[in-house]
Amino acid sequence: MVGTLFRREFASYFATPVAYVFILIFLMLGGVFSFYIGNFYERGQADLLPFFNFHPWLYLFLVPAMAMRSWSEERKSGTIELIMTLPVTIWQVMLGKFLAAWMVLGLALILTFPLWLTVNYLGNPDNGIILAAYLGSWLMAGAFLAIGMCMSALTKSQVVAFILAVVVCFLFVLSGSGIVLDAFKGWMSPMMLDTLASFSFLTHFESMAKGVIALNDVGYFLIAIGIWLYGGFLAVEQKKAE
Amino acid sequence: MISVKNLCKQFGSFKAVDNLSFEVRPGDIVGFLGPNGAGKSTTMKMLTGFLPPSSGEIRIFDQDILQSAKQIQRRLGYLPEGAPAYGDMTPLQFLNFIADVRGLKGEQKKQRLAKVIDMVELRSMLDRPIENLSKGFKRRVGLAQAILHDPQVLILDEPTDGLDPNQKHQVRELIQNLSKDKIVIISTHILEEVTSVCNRAMIIAGGKMLFDASPDDLQRRSRYYKAISLHFTQMTDISGLAELPGVEDMEIEKHSGRVVLFPERQQDIMPVVSAYIRDRGLQVDRLYEEQGRLDDVFRQMTAEVSE
Repeated sequence: MVGTLFRREFASYFATPVAYVFILIFLMLGGVFSFYIGNFYERGQADLLPFFNFHPWLYLFLVPAMAMRSWSEERKSGTIELIMTLPVTIWQVMLGKFLAAWMVLGLALILTFPLWLTVNYLGNPDNGIILAAYLGSWLMAGAFLAIGMCMSALTKSQVVAFILAVVVCFLFVLSGSGIVLDAFKGWMSPMMLDTLASFSFLTHFESMAKGVIALNDVGYFLIAIGIWLYGGFLAVEQKKAE
Repeated sequence: MISVKNLCKQFGSFKAVDNLSFEVRPGDIVGFLGPNGAGKSTTMKMLTGFLPPSSGEIRIFDQDILQSAKQIQRRLGYLPEGAPAYGDMTPLQFLNFIADVRGLKGEQKKQRLAKVIDMVELRSMLDRPIENLSKGFKRRVGLAQAILHDPQVLILDEPTDGLDPNQKHQVRELIQNLSKDKIVIISTHILEEVTSVCNRAMIIAGGKMLFDASPDDLQRRSRYYKAISLHFTQMTDISGLAELPGVEDMEIEKHSGRVVLFPERQQDIMPVVSAYIRDRGLQVDRLYEEQGRLDDVFRQMTAEVSE
């Protein structure tokens, strides 16, 4: 059943220009960031670190844009009434939607392969590290997506869903960054500070971008996905009538 | 069989549905009538398991809707208000999707799809995105979706709203042609639809049930039921008509000159009226018995509630 729902959602990303626009912008910005801002060539290192370092910031805006229509659109057009009175559960619909969007994100990542070819042509990178970074990036994208879908379930308006998702994602990215941690350093105990930093997508992604696949990082993203999807489930159940 | 007991739905302080109880048996085609905001759609949303009731009980095929929503929904077809559908899909893709979700497979799926597409005459529009279709075709897609799995219970929320007279006629025929052992509930605010399609009419206003009987009974409630309308060729003294036995009241419509005679207690006054006319040699160019005016009854009933 999830498969049927997944196919519908996945096809709908390509029936509307959403998937194409997303992939195109992602590839363009990814390239611009790694070559111009990340100094891909000047660093003289055969790795994709400058490319992956910008992923959290790319996802910050692109993924909420992709997730915003998932539930808002259903509520706005009334199709939520249709789908909820078919013999499928909210969870099945949620998973179908999530997996479909996650696959589009995965596809966008796969299409960055020319970069990988380039770095392999220019030098001898550790492809294991690159693979781990890709996996980490995809997992992080999933967490962003789950947040976006939860926010989309909260409101009929796609714009509101987008803004909410960007704000929440921003908090999760930022909570591990120097600016925030410095601000809290004065009056928080180191343990609280560590806890705060451990919620950040950045902290967990950085080690994966360097090729370390630790169980706690993978687990963190999977749990984050689960929790936010559950939040979305509650929102759909509570607010479907409005 | 559907059994509803003391059904209530509260939105904040607003009571959308207030203590409804009724039973529907196979073969019943029920017309839900009521002004806008009467609670028709809310009731249907609860019947289909989309909204949980605030209190009360809904049982369909002896299963509680709250506990076994998914089992019930398998045997239920539903056209929500406004016939929502995924606009980016074509009718063919959409119906295929619904068929998959409904668990139709292989040959059976092919047959049902072909049959339903023919029933709603959708064949010419199969490959256009639904969002580009006209209102009438969108409605047909919604109907096709609802009857695709040949459900035992069919719930249609305003199936003919926004359709032109030909399309309305088609939809009514389609509903009448469904097999006789099904339960059909349609909501509408078009009264003629109830007399032409349904064998049972329920009037709801302010969330309450005001009337539940056959459409004929509804007509019988009208002041005009069995009233005699007549029109005289020339001006004549007709005051004697009002004095006839069984005639309670007489009204003359100013602009048309039509005379309406209202019977006492729904008696048959045609014989006395026609005898009177014959005896006096009055020139009448029109004379007929009224069926009862539904919109009159409807307005009268629902006005009491809204006051």
